[in-house]
Amino acid sequence: MSAHPQLNKNGELQHLLTTEGLPASILQHILDTAESFTGVTEREVKKIPLLRGKSVFNLFFEPSTRTRTTFEIAAKRLSADVINLNMAVSSQTKGETLLDTVDNLSAMHADMFVVRHSLSGAAHLIAKHVRPEIHVINAGDGWHAHPTQALLDVFTIRRYKQDFRALRVAIIGDILHSRVARSQIHALTTLGVPEIRVIAPKTLLPARVERLGVHVYPDMAAGLKDVDVLMMLRLQRERMQSAHLPSSEEYFKYYGLTPEKLALAKPDAIVMHPGPMNRGVEIDSDVADGTQSVILPQVNFGIAVRMAVMSILAGN
Amino acid sequence: MIDPASGIDRVGQLYLADDKIVSIDTRPEGFQNCRTIDASGLVIAPGLVDLSARLREPGLEYMATLESEQEAAVAGGVTSLACPPDTDPPLDEPGLVEMLKHRARNLDRARVFPVGALTQGLKGERLTEMAELHDAGCVAFSQADAPFANLYVLMRAMQYAATFGFAVWLHPQDVHLANLGVAHEGEIATRLGLPAIPVCAETIALSNILSLMKETGARVHLCRISSAEGVALVRAAKQQGLALSCDVAVHHVHLTDMDIGFFDANCHLMPPLRSLADRDALRAGLLDGTIDAICSDHAPVDEDAKLVPFAQSASGATGLELLLPLVLKWAQESRLPLADALARVTLQPARVLGVDVGRLAPGAVADLCIFDPDDYWTVSPLRLKSQGKNTPFLGMELCGRVKFTLVGGQIVYDSGHAGLPR
Repeated sequence: MSAHPQLNKNGELQHLLTTEGLPASILQHILDTAESFTGVTEREVKKIPLLRGKSVFNLFFEPSTRTRTTFEIAAKRLSADVINLNMAVSSQTKGETLLDTVDNLSAMHADMFVVRHSLSGAAHLIAKHVRPEIHVINAGDGWHAHPTQALLDVFTIRRYKQDFRALRVAIIGDILHSRVARSQIHALTTLGVPEIRVIAPKTLLPARVERLGVHVYPDMAAGLKDVDVLMMLRLQRERMQSAHLPSSEEYFKYYGLTPEKLALAKPDAIVMHPGPMNRGVEIDSDVADGTQSVILPQVNFGIAVRMAVMSILAGN
Repeated sequence: MIDPASGIDRVGQLYLADDKIVSIDTRPEGFQNCRTIDASGLVIAPGLVDLSARLREPGLEYMATLESEQEAAVAGGVTSLACPPDTDPPLDEPGLVEMLKHRARNLDRARVFPVGALTQGLKGERLTEMAELHDAGCVAFSQADAPFANLYVLMRAMQYAATFGFAVWLHPQDVHLANLGVAHEGEIATRLGLPAIPVCAETIALSNILSLMKETGARVHLCRISSAEGVALVRAAKQQGLALSCDVAVHHVHLTDMDIGFFDANCHLMPPLRSLADRDALRAGLLDGTIDAICSDHAPVDEDAKLVPFAQSASGATGLELLLPLVLKWAQESRLPLADALARVTLQPARVLGVDVGRLAPGAVADLCIFDPDDYWTVSPLRLKSQGKNTPFLGMELCGRVKFTLVGGQIVYDSGHAGLPR
């Protein structure tokens, strides 16, 4: 535990690996920078030259459509060269190790790696290994962290709600296997949200989760009472095979978000989802497409937030 | 001279002849000095006895070889070691055991005591020829970290071993409850998003073993206990008079899951490093005798196997050369007399092995560890003779360094002449 894994000696962002341990000032700086980029995405000419001449490598060891695409769009809008590598079907399957792959790509003068991997800690491992001038962005590692998703989530909340310090936020679903939930919890606590609730059956809660600063509600009705923000999580089909849950039907009945359950929250509560959604499993279509849903704006904000992260890492 | 068995802790002379200690302080009549070792300022202790040292032979030579690990053993003052059967193939046939003994004898370093496989191929289904394996040199029988097909097989294995009075060494961890976990179930695994192993994986396995001991009358040695609740179960069982002994890995005496930090794969150990409360309970268990011995849990792995994401990394750490300094560190932190601390790595593991080593007395074998208790050194890959350079203690300054190691009266390690001819 010697050097800080993601800040340099001057306390500036060197890599973005997790929202845990990031000072509020850096989080706010990313959000403010993202705010300034939201205009860019609406302009006729959507490019600015902040990353001109830089190479961004999208290293995806796990399939992803939305995250990879928004990173690609964000990098291109900053005028970077983007190289997409679908590692699930590449050299890794031929036996090359993760770090060998990284070394080879570093030799091609990469400036930034955007890494998605199925195992927790993969982005930390790469960040520790690369030369100091290379920046690593964690685009999701195992169950551990997905910082840009959490950042776009808090960006969305900031757009719709004024003050983090007056909010009651509920995160609903498979907390145990969710890198999104972990990153959301750390970002929200750092930004001063006074009450974060996690709503899930006990089989989908990690041990000692309350130590992260959240309140546990096995009962969804109790958990949703007077909540300002509802953050839904995706439920993977595998959970039914691994004895975490009996069926998606029973899950939907007790933990799916329906208009009736949403009515328990504050009338102006907003509903979020990181996608991809399972309609009829964790969320009812009437809610997903309803007036309180901000799910599509989330996707759009994702581009501005990722532009902000990349430009800050590149030293702008 | 420090001898935990007799309580000797003073300055003196040791006279060795052939492979034995012949006298303490009084020069035997007609004794001719061939060689004198001046150990002034050093501690002479019985050679260390390690209950869990993987030598990776046969079959896993890419991780380590008998040569490299035997050099590591004597450089660490370890003169007797038990090697678990989790080799490739496992130690489940007399021929394999004889070959290992033969190779070890030719190297002429530490004494190697193979622990035979309880089941064929360690598959947990069919019993091995334990009596034959015993005749070939196995001192006990173990399933290593592999699961049994079911409890019926374990019960029969214990019954059969009890027939001959063989000790059964078991690592208590339920494979289904451990699932694919790589870290202690607690706040750290939750923060890092690592698959977790609950404490009940240990306590449930332990409870089953204790029940089956009563059923079968088998003698059991528990390997590498890790939790406070586990210690409490062993303590209660010993109070009931069960023929039970128990060891702990030296890493677990010092480290906790906090030490994983930002995914340090060198802290990927099995059983997992647990909480601070668990570590403190392990220390208390050592002090009150619930835990009999400290082992190195030596598990060298090749470097690439640690340069991958935590959950994918091979578990284990190199330990033979760190056992002594880490025991000294524990003794200092616990304000324990050196003799009491050394008992956990000499006399007491020797009793578990059922072998007459680990003591300084006229007539005892001259297996000695002569060390400087005040010599600080920094753990680095270059300082380690083991082929495995993987340890959570890399970069840490430790105190205590072996100067000479003698096995059967022969100097097998001399720090001034590292790399003695065989």
